[in-house]
Amino acid sequence: MPLIKDNEVRQNTWIYVEDGDVGATPNGISVPLDVLLDDPAPLYARNTPLGVRLQPEDDPLDLEPHLDRLDLIEVSFPKYTDGRGYSQAQLLRRRMGYTGELRAVGHVLRDQLLYMHRSGFDAYVTDRAGLPSVMEAMDEFSSFYQPAADRAQSVFAARHGL
Amino acid sequence: MYRYDEFDAQLVRDRVSQFRGQVERRLSGELLEDEFKPLRLQNGVYLQLHAYMLRVAIPYGQLDPAKMRKLAHIARKYDRGYGHWTTRQNVQFNWVALKDIPDVLEELAEVEMHAIQTSGNCIRNVTSDHFAGATADEILDPRPWCEIIRQWSTFHPEFAFLPRKFKIAVTAAEHDRAAIRVHDIGLHMRNVDGVVGFEVHVGGGQGRTPHIAAKVSDFVPESEILDYLEAILRVYNRFGRRDNKYKARIKILVSETGEAEFTRLVEEEFAAQRESEKIALPQAEIDRITAYFTPPALPEKPASSDAFERAKAADPTFALWAEANLNAHKVAGYASVTASHKPVGGIAGDATDAQMDVLADLADAYGQGDIRVTHAQNVVLAHIALDDAYAVYTALDKAGLAAPNESLISDMIVCPGLDYCNLANARSIPISQEIAREFASYEDQADIGQLHLNISGCINACGHHHVGHIGILGVDRKGEEFYQITFGGRADEKAAIGEIAGPGLRAEEVPTALRRVVERYRGLRIQNSERFIDVLERVGTDPFKEALYAAD
Repeated sequence: MPLIKDNEVRQNTWIYVEDGDVGATPNGISVPLDVLLDDPAPLYARNTPLGVRLQPEDDPLDLEPHLDRLDLIEVSFPKYTDGRGYSQAQLLRRRMGYTGELRAVGHVLRDQLLYMHRSGFDAYVTDRAGLPSVMEAMDEFSSFYQPAADRAQSVFAARHGL
Repeated sequence: MYRYDEFDAQLVRDRVSQFRGQVERRLSGELLEDEFKPLRLQNGVYLQLHAYMLRVAIPYGQLDPAKMRKLAHIARKYDRGYGHWTTRQNVQFNWVALKDIPDVLEELAEVEMHAIQTSGNCIRNVTSDHFAGATADEILDPRPWCEIIRQWSTFHPEFAFLPRKFKIAVTAAEHDRAAIRVHDIGLHMRNVDGVVGFEVHVGGGQGRTPHIAAKVSDFVPESEILDYLEAILRVYNRFGRRDNKYKARIKILVSETGEAEFTRLVEEEFAAQRESEKIALPQAEIDRITAYFTPPALPEKPASSDAFERAKAADPTFALWAEANLNAHKVAGYASVTASHKPVGGIAGDATDAQMDVLADLADAYGQGDIRVTHAQNVVLAHIALDDAYAVYTALDKAGLAAPNESLISDMIVCPGLDYCNLANARSIPISQEIAREFASYEDQADIGQLHLNISGCINACGHHHVGHIGILGVDRKGEEFYQITFGGRADEKAAIGEIAGPGLRAEEVPTALRRVVERYRGLRIQNSERFIDVLERVGTDPFKEALYAAD
């Protein structure tokens, strides 16, 4: 499935491994949260890029001790109407200060992309929105009332030159 | 009232073009109906029994003549000449074609209106006291904060896909006319030692499992209220149930988690917010928005009006109307006027294009251009001089908007019911009309006094039956409609859920059964000023249950 990041289509070299056991590969691997929490040592020992995939019910605050070691956090949207991933993203970016790649995976549709971007996502795995429509979606609103993880200036502040 | 600046205007225009694109993608088949549904819902477009319905936002019920005339125009041009005031102070058009909706939205944008977040699992239209800024019994005008909350919640990126819809109400009056305790969040403005803030109630609601909200904070200062709302919404978004849509409202989270634990979760989330996460609403922004709600410069008048008193003496119908439909104003010599949309035999909350135009004209001529929609589905002209009351009454009467019944038994809140709604189990409108006929005499209604009678056609409770002093719930039993009666509900500061009286009644039994209940009340009251709900509070529901089933 295409990966879109920074307004371009990228090669996705990451491998998602459900049980954490992938054997030898130079590619980055991403694992479920409980696999990472249960036994992080062998994952750290691989010396390849490491990622984690959160499900909606996962608590992103559990990642606190591992945050420096993670190159990728994937947030799963099994159904696009399940909005828990937006709160997970805001917590990761704003509460915990995570600066690595934050990727939306699953049921990722064009009309949710702007909200995802504002909540802190910077990468999207989707076959339901081509690059032109992603770029269009990001540009649909000229400003935003409230501050969010994208650090866009809020209208509340812009009105007073703040 | 609030006026858009270039940011507000541009955002609404952005939304119109976005939605136009979404409709085009749906019509071309690029968007599946299932994927289009939440998008159209978040813009107020429902698929109803007969057609698409468009729900237009009226933030905290506030209109002006230009907006009202635009609604009249939309009713004429795109609907069948009607609009319908809703219990969230919004307006619905029931016969708009999907292909026309982008054009309707564009027309609305011209008068600073939209349909944003009037449906869907997001933060809905903020509601408030329909007498805000005019009533003698408020400590402050709550509308500036309603407007701030409207802006904060508009296109909030984190809270667009909540477990379920989310409703916020704000009041600043001791007597709660905004029903804040049956909202997902109810805010009561307080002034504590010169600091303005809010008492915060969470988890109220009606529907299948009615709850009165839990008070989670006695006082959150206004400088922190948006951050506090974010904390509540985040706790709900993360932990609210998503496995069953009937258990997904925040009231279920509060009741299943327990009030104390829920409050702890909110306080914990609030305390964990870093400085950089705070909304940091500039004081200058609060001041800017507040300035739009500066009270109108009303010419000074004596407290009593000779013209008003003479008209009452000369016209007993006007006297009845003046008694029921005027609310005390904070400025001497003025009142807030309720234009009743509950004529006997009519449909609660329906307004024709011509009636809307009359209301706009009256607001221009006599009412400082200020018009409100109430959650009881009426319209209020907030600032009317007593000197002008008779002229206003005469014009309203000509337009069929002068039923003297505000808060009386025929001022019913009624859902559309089986005649329009695809969720309903029973008809609501015909039963409301039969009841109104039973109590057709306005002298009789005036003597009965305040009595809130609310009717829902199914357990989703859109007609607020749980909080009616008398509630009526339509149910379907083997293809036949029955009506279950509840007693003792109320939506004010003593909010309570009505108690089911017993077995349901057949439609034709309801009006006479209610007549017996009302006569029992008349027999029990100590003096005329003791309202039905006061008597019920004093003596309990038993005498009324007995009267309800006392048919020969």
